[in-house]
Amino acid sequence: MADAFLKLQSISKTYPGVRALKGVSFDIGAGEVVGLIGENGAGKSTLMKVLGGVVAPSGGKIVIDSKSFDALTVPQSLGAGIAFVHQELNLFDNLDVAANVFIGREPRSFGPLRLIDRKTLYARVTPLLRRLGCDFEADTSVADLSIAQCQMLEITKALSLEARVIIMDEPTSSLTLTETDRLLGIVADLKASGVAVIFISHRLNEIERCADRVVVLRDGEMVGALSRASINHDTMIRLMIGRDLQTVYVPPNVAVGAPALELVGIETSAYPGRPVTLDLRRGEILGLGGLIGAGRTEVARTIFGIDRLIAGAIRMDGAPIAIKTPRDAIDRGIYLIPEDRKRSGLILDESIVNNISLPNLKAYSRGSIVDRAAELRNAEEQSGSLRIKAPTVETFVNAMSGGNQQKVVLGKWMGMNPRVIVFDEPTRGIDVGSKAEIYALMRSLADRGVAILMISSDMEEVIGVSDKVAVMHEGAITGVLGREQMTENNILSLAVGNRL
Amino acid sequence: MKKDLGLLLLILVVGAIVAVINPRFISPVNISNTANLIGLYGIFSIGEGFVIITGGIDLSIGSVFALLGVIFIQLVNGDGVNWIVAAAIIVAAGGVIGFVHGFLITRAHLQPFVVTLCGLLIYRGVARYYTDDGTAGFDFGTSYPTLEWITTGRSFGVPNSFTAFIILALVMSVVLHRSVFGRYLFAVGKNEEAARYSGINTRAVIFAAYVICSGLAALSSIYFAMYTRSISPASHGTFYELYGIAAAVLGGCSLRGGEGSILGIMLGAVLLQILQNLVNLLGIPSSLNFAVMGSVILIGVLADGQLQRFRRSRAATVVEAKTAPA
Repeated sequence: MADAFLKLQSISKTYPGVRALKGVSFDIGAGEVVGLIGENGAGKSTLMKVLGGVVAPSGGKIVIDSKSFDALTVPQSLGAGIAFVHQELNLFDNLDVAANVFIGREPRSFGPLRLIDRKTLYARVTPLLRRLGCDFEADTSVADLSIAQCQMLEITKALSLEARVIIMDEPTSSLTLTETDRLLGIVADLKASGVAVIFISHRLNEIERCADRVVVLRDGEMVGALSRASINHDTMIRLMIGRDLQTVYVPPNVAVGAPALELVGIETSAYPGRPVTLDLRRGEILGLGGLIGAGRTEVARTIFGIDRLIAGAIRMDGAPIAIKTPRDAIDRGIYLIPEDRKRSGLILDESIVNNISLPNLKAYSRGSIVDRAAELRNAEEQSGSLRIKAPTVETFVNAMSGGNQQKVVLGKWMGMNPRVIVFDEPTRGIDVGSKAEIYALMRSLADRGVAILMISSDMEEVIGVSDKVAVMHEGAITGVLGREQMTENNILSLAVGNRL
Repeated sequence: MKKDLGLLLLILVVGAIVAVINPRFISPVNISNTANLIGLYGIFSIGEGFVIITGGIDLSIGSVFALLGVIFIQLVNGDGVNWIVAAAIIVAAGGVIGFVHGFLITRAHLQPFVVTLCGLLIYRGVARYYTDDGTAGFDFGTSYPTLEWITTGRSFGVPNSFTAFIILALVMSVVLHRSVFGRYLFAVGKNEEAARYSGINTRAVIFAAYVICSGLAALSSIYFAMYTRSISPASHGTFYELYGIAAAVLGGCSLRGGEGSILGIMLGAVLLQILQNLVNLLGIPSSLNFAVMGSVILIGVLADGQLQRFRRSRAATVVEAKTAPA
C-alpha cells in the first residue's frame, strides 16, 4: 500500500441534524480492488459523493498524489482520474455508444464551426470497446443495449477518461449470473492493467471473489477494514450490523387472529416468475425486510391496486378479491402509507385538512357539495389524536417537518375503517420522537384487529416493531422469522439471498 | 384571492385612465357592447380554465366555433330543425369532441397540446370542406325571436349573453370551489400521483374537464353564430382559444395546473375586453390590437411573479424570526 495515490483522511460530513460520515479514512493504490460495504444509510453514497466532488466534506482531507484538498470539485475529481459507474445508469439512450462515451468532450473539427468529428470519435471509442471485450459497436444505439451492456459502456466511458480509480456502485444489482461473472472478469482485467476499483455491493459473495480489501461502514463510521485473508461472510455481516438495538419491542395485547389478507403466489411486473405468498393476520405486525430493490414496494403497490397483479390471487377473509384500482383497495379497508410521502402521499401545496379529507371526501359532503364544517371536524380530530404540530388544520403541509407530514398521511386513513394497512418505510427521514409515536400507533391499530404490513430497510425498526418478519430477496420471500429467530444476522443473511 | 384583488385593481385603473382620455368608454352603449363581448368570450374561458387546472390545455376552441357554428346554421336555417333541438345537438356534439380529447389524453397517453392542436387543424378543415369554403349564414329575412333574444337580446339594458355568463360563472364557481369534483380537479392538477394514491379516479376527472371545456365551447359557438349571423369558416373564431387561455392565465391559473379560480377567470375575461375596447377608443391603430394585449398580459404576469417572490421572501424572514432560538 506504499503506492497509495488516493487517500481519504478522517472525512466527516454533517447534515443538519445528521452526521452522515464520522472520520472515515482509507487509502487506495494502483491496481487495488476495495470492497465497500454497509447497510442502507451507512454513509457509502455520501462518501462516494465526496470523492466525486458533488458533496463537500465538513472535515478531513482528500490527498491525491500527495496534493491535499479540503474538498474536491467535479472537474478536480475527473482530473484526478476518479470515475463512476452508477447504480442508476446515466446514459442518453437516444444517442449511440460513441456519443455517450465522449458526451460533453466530443472531438471537434472544421475550425471555428466546431462540428463533431465523428471519424475521430469512432476511432477512439472502438479500441476501448475491444479492450473490454464488448460485444457491441461504437455506432450501436444505446436504446438497443441490455443493462449489462450499458454497464460495460459506463466502464468504457470511465476508461476513456483515463480513470485511475473506478467506483462501481451496486454494478451487479440488475445483472444475471453470467453477466455478473463477466463483470467480475473485467474487474480483474482492470486490476491487472493498474486501474483501482472501489466495488460497492450488498452481494457479499461477489465481494469475497473480487476484493483485495474490504472497508465496512456503519452509521457513517468506519467499523472495520478486512485484508484479503480475513474476508468472509460472517465477519462482514457482524461488522455491518453489530450494534445495540434501541427500539424496545412491545408485544401484542390481544391474540393474533385469522388472516385478514392472504397473498397467494402473487407476482409483480418487476419480478415475474417469483411468486410471493404471505398471510397478513389480524392483530399482527408483519415486518417485510430486505434490501432496496428486493421487490417489497412492488408487493405493496400490487395490494393497493397501483400495479397490476400478474399472477396469483389475493384473498380477504378467505374470499378471493379483485383489486384493480386504489379505490377497490380503499373501499375494502386496505390502505397504503407510501414510501415517498412527498410524491405519492401528500399534495404538498395544500392544507392539512384538504389532504386528510381527500380519500374519504364523499363522507364529508352533502350530495356532491363538500361540507366544510364536517371535514374540518374530522381533520381537527385526527390532528389532535396524532398530535400534528401546526397552527391550524388550514396550514399548508409543505411548510411542515417530515414527521408531521407523515402524520398527515396517517391522518388521511385514521378517520376511516382500516382492516389492513401497509406501511412502506414509515419512518424514513423522521425524527426519533415521531418515530416512537408512529410505532405506538401501529401497535394500537394491531390491537384493534387491523393487520399491519411494515416494509422497512431499517434493521432496528424491523426487529423492534415486528411480531414476525418476512424477508425478500430479488422478488421472492427467502424466509419468515418469528421473534425468537429475529436477529440482524438472520435477517441480513436472508436479505442477501442466503438460506439459514 | 389577493391575486383577484390585484386584477380588479388593474381593471379599475386601466378603466379610469381610458374613461378620462375618452369619456365614451363609460357611455351606456359602450358598456353594454363591452358587456356583451365579455359574456361571449367569458363562457368558453371558464371551460378553458377547467382544463388548465388539470395541467392540460385546449387549443381547438376557435376551430370548434367554426365547425359547430356552420352546423348550427345549417340545422336551423337549412334543415329547418327547431332551434332548441339544434342547440341540444350542438352542445352534445361539443361533449363528443371533449370525449375524444379526453380519451386520447388519458387512454392513449397523448399530450393535451398535441391532441388539441390536431383538433384545431381538423375541425377547421372539416368546417371549410362542409361549406365548400363558402360562407354559411341565415337567409335574408329569417327570424328566430326567442333564440335571438336569448343570445343577442338585452334585458333592462343588460346583454343577455352577459347574464348567461354570470349565471354560468356562479354555477361553475360552486362546482369548482365547493363540490367534491372541484376538489378532485385541483388535487389532480397539483399532484396526480398523490390523488391516485388517495383513491381518486384521476383519468375520469381529467376526462370530465375536457368534456366540460368542449361542451362550453359548443355553447359559445351558438352565441358567436348568432352574434355574427354569418360564418366564413376559414376565419371565424381563429385565435379565440388564445383569449380563453389568456383570461385563465391572467386570472391566476397556472399552466402547470392546480391553480385558478372562477372569479379570476371572470376578471381576466373582463380585462381582455377592456383592452380590446381601449385600442378602439384611444385611436390606437387596430392592427396593434394583439400587441397591446400581449404586452399587458406580459407586464401583468411579470408583476405578479415579482410580487409573489417578494411575499415569499418576506414570509421566509418571518418564519425564520419565529423559529430562531431565543
